[in-house]
Amino acid sequence: MKASPVLAVDNLSTWFDTEQGALKAVDEVSFQLDAGDTLGIVGESGCGKTVLSLSIMRLVPTPPGRYVSGQIALNGLDLLSLSEREMRKVRGKAISMIFQEPMTSLNPVFRIGDQISETIRLHQGCNRSESHHKSIEMLRLVGIELPEKRIKDYPHQLSGGMRQRVMIAMALACHPQLMLADEPTTALDVTIQAQILALINDLKRAMGTSVILITHDLGVIAENAQQVAIMYAGKFVEYSDVKDLFSLPLHPYTKGLLHSIPRIEGDYCRDKRLPIIPGVVPELSRLPEGCRFHDRCPDVLPICRNVEPALIGQGFPKRYVRCWKYQ
Amino acid sequence: MNTPLLTVHELHKYFPLQGGFFTSSKEKCLAVQDVSLSLHKGETLGIVGESGCGKTTLARMIAHIEKPTAGEIRYNGQDIFKFDKKQLKAYRRKAQFIFQDPYASLNPRLTAGTIIAEPFIIHRRNLAQDIDTDLENIMKMVGLSKDQERRYPHEFSGGQRQRIGIARAIALRPEIIIADEPVSALDVSVQAQILNLMKDLQDEFNLTYIFISHDMGVIRFISDRIAVMYRGRIVEMASNQQLFENPQHPYTRILLSAVPRL
Repeated sequence: MKASPVLAVDNLSTWFDTEQGALKAVDEVSFQLDAGDTLGIVGESGCGKTVLSLSIMRLVPTPPGRYVSGQIALNGLDLLSLSEREMRKVRGKAISMIFQEPMTSLNPVFRIGDQISETIRLHQGCNRSESHHKSIEMLRLVGIELPEKRIKDYPHQLSGGMRQRVMIAMALACHPQLMLADEPTTALDVTIQAQILALINDLKRAMGTSVILITHDLGVIAENAQQVAIMYAGKFVEYSDVKDLFSLPLHPYTKGLLHSIPRIEGDYCRDKRLPIIPGVVPELSRLPEGCRFHDRCPDVLPICRNVEPALIGQGFPKRYVRCWKYQ
Repeated sequence: MNTPLLTVHELHKYFPLQGGFFTSSKEKCLAVQDVSLSLHKGETLGIVGESGCGKTTLARMIAHIEKPTAGEIRYNGQDIFKFDKKQLKAYRRKAQFIFQDPYASLNPRLTAGTIIAEPFIIHRRNLAQDIDTDLENIMKMVGLSKDQERRYPHEFSGGQRQRIGIARAIALRPEIIIADEPVSALDVSVQAQILNLMKDLQDEFNLTYIFISHDMGVIRFISDRIAVMYRGRIVEMASNQQLFENPQHPYTRILLSAVPRL
């Protein structure tokens, strides 16, 4: 028997009202995430992946943002219907988030220990000395040496990788059911990136936390996620098991993305050029008619220019693609 | 083999640390230590390493933005730090820089056309008509259209801004282009377009590139030879094929194994 999903997002749309009209940052997004799984969300800048994660945290500023439609259910609890007060109890406890830039997301004027124990005191109702000990435990867990000493450090005294470890310690301090990681390793060097991703995976396994991993790096997804969603201009264009996606990408955008990455395997040839996706991502306020990718698509059909395709299942379990070629 | 275009010989750069107002500090940051390399016309030398390894400091010295503590850089056999004013101006024309952040490196108050044409104005004041046709040619070469010349940097996307940066760098037909992480701030699909553009321009003008990146995939794609830097030193220097197929230094192996595989 399959357990019910930890997170179920159904037909979620988050728009922003601007002078140019409604900006459809997240448009009709649906997915389910099982306990202990990692869902990777991939897309280029401005595709709506960060707004999607902020929507799940209910951190989209309203106005100008607007939850136009849909439901976000965390273990059956409808997050969009909660009051701000109730939501504050969910954030940091049931759902936590780590951001791309650990320097700007830690408070520079407080010691890291105080920042971690604040979360613990707030959600677990323990006193200062208990939370202090738990903070030291968390720092030890994320691989920071001499945590008793480090706990008194300010963020600027730590390197980028260490700061990201502190962010992870804070995010996992209350054993959340869901952790949102928005480009957690983009600002880090590759060797540190590998360490941080390994750490997230270990802790995820130990605590049974589900993770949404947002990134533009398909390599990171290949090694760290079970499911993957490709986002383009506010919509999911492909959803798949990670293995299937890389062995058989279906959507022309997914194929284009995969081909345009320079690989370290294969031969070097000076005359080689990368296959490119022509053109640029459309502006969200001026989306084209029909499929949002049609004017860059190598396989464009007449219908693509007029009618938007739906996200359709492809026979495999959990495999969906939004493209007329497969309907 | 013919003589190299540029040679770097035992280059060192130290920055003083925590120097007080009256006290001189004894502690130093050894940004670049004992770096030697040579560069031949038309080749691409990739420099790879993690943040703080000294790759940007090295590039800035080659571009004559920063002076070394010791060592020399020779361009066509002449020490660039002993150039007189006129020679230096000529060198600046021959060695151009492309910056990492296309958002921070373009003057927001100038139009794209002015930014690209500025090198012409600085290096030869006459020929107003000439500039106009040159400008059009160069914009076309980097994939911009002439009617975009009146727009300001904020009206362009990241990829287009990097095209402006490249246009400005190639405007004076330089020999050497020093590109410091030119595609790191760009999305993958845009990155591919810019990398292809840089290769096309290299073919057309027989450009010599010093290409700095932390991304092994990008380095593999663009470089003929590669220098791996770690803590201010070059720890391995090899041809592209050799480095990726038979890495020698343990650090190179660590770097390669840390890259997530698709």
